[in-house]
Amino acid sequence: MCVKHVPDIQSERALGPDRRVVRDGGDGTINELDENALEAAIALVEASEGSVVALTVGPADAADAVRRGLQLGAQEAVHVLDDAIGGSDAIGTARVLAAAIKHLDAQEPVDLVITGMAGLDALTSLLPTAIAELLDVPALPLAAELTVDADARTVRVRRNLDHASEVLEAALPALVSVTDQANEPRYPGFKGIMAARKIPITTLTLADLGVDASRVGAPGARTEVLEAAARPARENRVLINDTGDAGTRLAAYLVDNKLV
Amino acid sequence: MTVAAPVLVLLDHTETGALRAPVRELLTLARGLAGSAPVHAAWPLDGIEPSASVIDDVASLGATHMHRLSADGDLHLSAVLAEALASLLDATGAGLLLLESSFENKEAAARLAVSTGAGVITDADTLSLVDGRFVAAKTVFAGTWNTTCAITAPLAIVTVKPNSVVVSTIAPTTPVVTDHAVAVSEKARRVTLVERVVRPESGRPDLGSAAVVVAGGRGTEGDFSLVEELADVIGGAVGATRVATDEGWIGHDAQIGQTGVTIAPKLYVGVGVSGAVHHRGGMQASGTIVAINSDPDAPIFEIADFGVVGDLFTVLPQAVAELRRLKG
Repeated sequence: MCVKHVPDIQSERALGPDRRVVRDGGDGTINELDENALEAAIALVEASEGSVVALTVGPADAADAVRRGLQLGAQEAVHVLDDAIGGSDAIGTARVLAAAIKHLDAQEPVDLVITGMAGLDALTSLLPTAIAELLDVPALPLAAELTVDADARTVRVRRNLDHASEVLEAALPALVSVTDQANEPRYPGFKGIMAARKIPITTLTLADLGVDASRVGAPGARTEVLEAAARPARENRVLINDTGDAGTRLAAYLVDNKLV
Repeated sequence: MTVAAPVLVLLDHTETGALRAPVRELLTLARGLAGSAPVHAAWPLDGIEPSASVIDDVASLGATHMHRLSADGDLHLSAVLAEALASLLDATGAGLLLLESSFENKEAAARLAVSTGAGVITDADTLSLVDGRFVAAKTVFAGTWNTTCAITAPLAIVTVKPNSVVVSTIAPTTPVVTDHAVAVSEKARRVTLVERVVRPESGRPDLGSAAVVVAGGRGTEGDFSLVEELADVIGGAVGATRVATDEGWIGHDAQIGQTGVTIAPKLYVGVGVSGAVHHRGGMQASGTIVAINSDPDAPIFEIADFGVVGDLFTVLPQAVAELRRLKG
């Protein structure tokens, strides 16, 4: 079995003057929801067989995200790096990731793609389902529980939605996204950190993947950010210490401000 | 000069056939954006018929056409829903599809973006037509940044956050009610819905769309009775922090946060909530934030409009009694 973990981009939480997400933050942390995806992938191959490829797309320091994958136990790391990708919307990013997965699949068949549930940055939760649609494989998003039957070659997830919980099942190959309920991510050990140093990160460009640059980045985007500004701080804030009448004052605040 | 295009609205409904509250906001929004063009409403016919009163309600909100949408697959599956909606978009010539911001609808939107080339904006707070383009305002980075985005593709799909639009009605006309049955592809049936268990309605407003939310955290020490009492006095939904749900004090579906339910009610009251980053990510776009916590250094006070440093077990009963008195 070959599992791809797709950290959709490490989170750096500001928008720059070009109204794009600032991604040169230096700390290069992995999107923490993707740690659940890595954990799920590594646990699956530990339980049966196969290998994990950690895959990311993003600027130079996105490589830290896949290096983290190697430290935790992935066997291979792939980073799609191309200036033309900057400014992509969710669908453009999905297009790049889907092309990279197809590229890897041609080398060794990919049975399961695992992603985090959503980027903690400006990207949306559209990404996992869009990748599956582009790959033409079934999508089982938001897994709180994930089981793979390697013999029957099926995957089953339980997911909790706003009004219902569901169990979905599909044949492999497939894509799942996992939530933070799915597992407790491990920390890299010294051995893993040392071993990861010996594994080179494969860097691929859009040309390597055969992706037309005009279909990604700002030219390929179907949405355009017009304005972006940090939300102004809240004004006229009140903080009181309870001296016996705080409950009454709280009630008065709610009623006076017509909040209830 | 812009020519308004028809708008299609998905009518999410409960298992008992009632419209979900945010759908009424979507219809109000659609009516304003469609101008003189038709507003098409799609009722997923998953075994539940739209009642006469629902059709009246939808008409009074401005829908001119009501489509009873059915498919030869389960419409709860996003692949089936996406193909059914694509067919209806085609049939109606709609230039805009409005959806409630739910996980399932965002999955369908992602598929439609790929299959139709539509531009998608999720979790919009507002939506307007500017120089012929749909422009949405939305918050990003867990409610800490405000952005406006334009859709540059000919077809726009927007999921709208609850509590974004003030619902208004018009003198209803009789909508054209038609059946729209869709034969989906084999590919849409590749995922099997093995089980779907609908959560019982609590009798309180829905957490994701409530205008008022009372949330309990570690400080409740597992006793949610005061949280529930306050919620009931002010007509709010009950939510919780990850600690409270992990401890089993309340179900996981009550978890507010980046990985749970994201809320933006007009009023949020945090009871014994410290305001960890994860929780704040799911609630800091709320209109007014009230917090009660015994720890003056709790991070929730950094964003609270009205904060009380005190013991919730004395502050809350007093507040509840006073609210009952003031509201008579």
